[in-house]
Amino acid sequence: MLNSVKGMMLTLASTFQGLRKPVTREYPKAPTPVQPRFMGFPALTWDNDVGEPFCTGCMVCIRNCPTQCMSASMMDNPLQQEGQSHRRKIVDYFEINLNRCILCGICVEVCNFDAIVMSHEHEMSTYERNGDRVALPALLEIGQKYQRETNWIPPTVLAKAKKDAEDATKAAEEAKAETAAAVQEAD
Amino acid sequence: MAEIPTNLTANPPVNAEPVEMLLNMGPQHPSTHGVFRMVLWVDGEKIVDVEPHIGYLHRGSEKLCEGEQYHQVITLFDRLDYVANFNNELVYCQAVEKLMGLEVPERAEYVRVILCELNRIASHLLYVGTIGLDAGAMTPTMFAFRGRERIQSVFEAVSGARMMHNYFRIGGIKEDLPDNFEQLIAELLPLLREDVEESDRILTFNEIFLTRLKDVGTISAEEAIDFGFTGPCLRGCGIEYDVRKAQPYSIYDRFDFDIPIGLDGDCWDRHWVRVREMYESLKIIEQALEQMPGGEVVSSLGRRLIRPPAGEVYMRAENPRGEIGVHLISNGTDRPYRLKVRPPSFCNLSAIRRLLTDSWIADSVVILGSLDIVLGEVDR
Repeated sequence: MLNSVKGMMLTLASTFQGLRKPVTREYPKAPTPVQPRFMGFPALTWDNDVGEPFCTGCMVCIRNCPTQCMSASMMDNPLQQEGQSHRRKIVDYFEINLNRCILCGICVEVCNFDAIVMSHEHEMSTYERNGDRVALPALLEIGQKYQRETNWIPPTVLAKAKKDAEDATKAAEEAKAETAAAVQEAD
Repeated sequence: MAEIPTNLTANPPVNAEPVEMLLNMGPQHPSTHGVFRMVLWVDGEKIVDVEPHIGYLHRGSEKLCEGEQYHQVITLFDRLDYVANFNNELVYCQAVEKLMGLEVPERAEYVRVILCELNRIASHLLYVGTIGLDAGAMTPTMFAFRGRERIQSVFEAVSGARMMHNYFRIGGIKEDLPDNFEQLIAELLPLLREDVEESDRILTFNEIFLTRLKDVGTISAEEAIDFGFTGPCLRGCGIEYDVRKAQPYSIYDRFDFDIPIGLDGDCWDRHWVRVREMYESLKIIEQALEQMPGGEVVSSLGRRLIRPPAGEVYMRAENPRGEIGVHLISNGTDRPYRLKVRPPSFCNLSAIRRLLTDSWIADSVVILGSLDIVLGEVDR
């Protein structure tokens, strides 16, 4: 009996010691923010400069997908024939079965054209069994939403900018060292 | 009020007719920690015999590995022990690296260790919460889950997912830590220490909790070794065995930490070892953050297809639940020829019949909880 009381006192003391603001959120009413790197469902990006998807339908993501949740096909790019685009081929048909997708992000990693991103979309329940088979227009829509919300810059462009900046600083340092050496020599 | 009998392990009266009854526990029982089923033969309140049934969560992971390329197998390992994802990814990546003789960048090793130790704390916090529930305490669960949630939001910032990360790569990690990682971890660690201390204070030496766990599910060191116990379950019996010390992998030989051990090998000792381990993990994280160098983290392989040479390799590592082993056979193609996992939960669970026989029905839940099994790993 005494032992039980002692145990309860311990719980009670700990409860009062731990009196602080609640950390729970009323989730469906108040949406929880996601981190910048959050991996939601994959979506396709839109090249705003040309006005066409980045995707060429090259199938590299499809071959690398662990669950085979995607399918695609490519076609000749009409905009390239008109001279507006540098892409010879463009995606014709693309479908992702989001029920199969395990959100691993491998497709984004292997893509050579910055064409696919892991969007922040994650609440996509439907009533139909095949309701989450998302086709090209819807995928592009999700992708554009993601691009707008995060001010998306293609990773290859970012990497190139970073490399250029590094090269520039390196060149500047070298030049500085050379002048210093020249000054030393002159002395 | 009547005195509570203290000699509950005493034999039933001699003249009582033994009547055996079959009691089915699980697979949908909330206290079996997943889809695990036990058929208990009971005589009154006493368990006479147990028949465990596993396989309700069998997904054929080992067979699936044979059909996936080496970089895709990491996603399957995430789903083995779904409470300690980073630790699972680590052991697989290390197995392939060992087979290929691959050097991992220094910074990547530190990032891996920090994430694995955070994952160990998250896993043990989940354990503390569930053992509280099993013993009848609701409050520690809330406290423990709060701490676990904090770790998981850091994981989300680092890898993009709270649980199925797919962040480690063969020969490195996917990408460098986010820019605000130092700030995140500086905020996390004091809060985490508070959470661990709080769940420790409220539960470990609580009188009711002690009465429920002390001298329950006792197993001797010899028997524990015979059953293939590893991890906190073995250390609870007083054997100082930890793969991180016995055969240091990754960079664990650079850190100063202790191996907590128990005395009697009962449920409370197993609990105590896990609680102490959380403090040790915090120590490792602090040291790793201090020592962490800069530099490259991405694998030297780049995005080339991974094709290890033909041969076989066995790699083991210390999971929160015990020693996880990966036996990988390669025939030189881009997919594993055979991949066998030695799951710690499965080996620890093998003693369930020995532990439950001659114990009380009310203790069965606590004993199962103290083994801390994850069914994703038991069934694979």
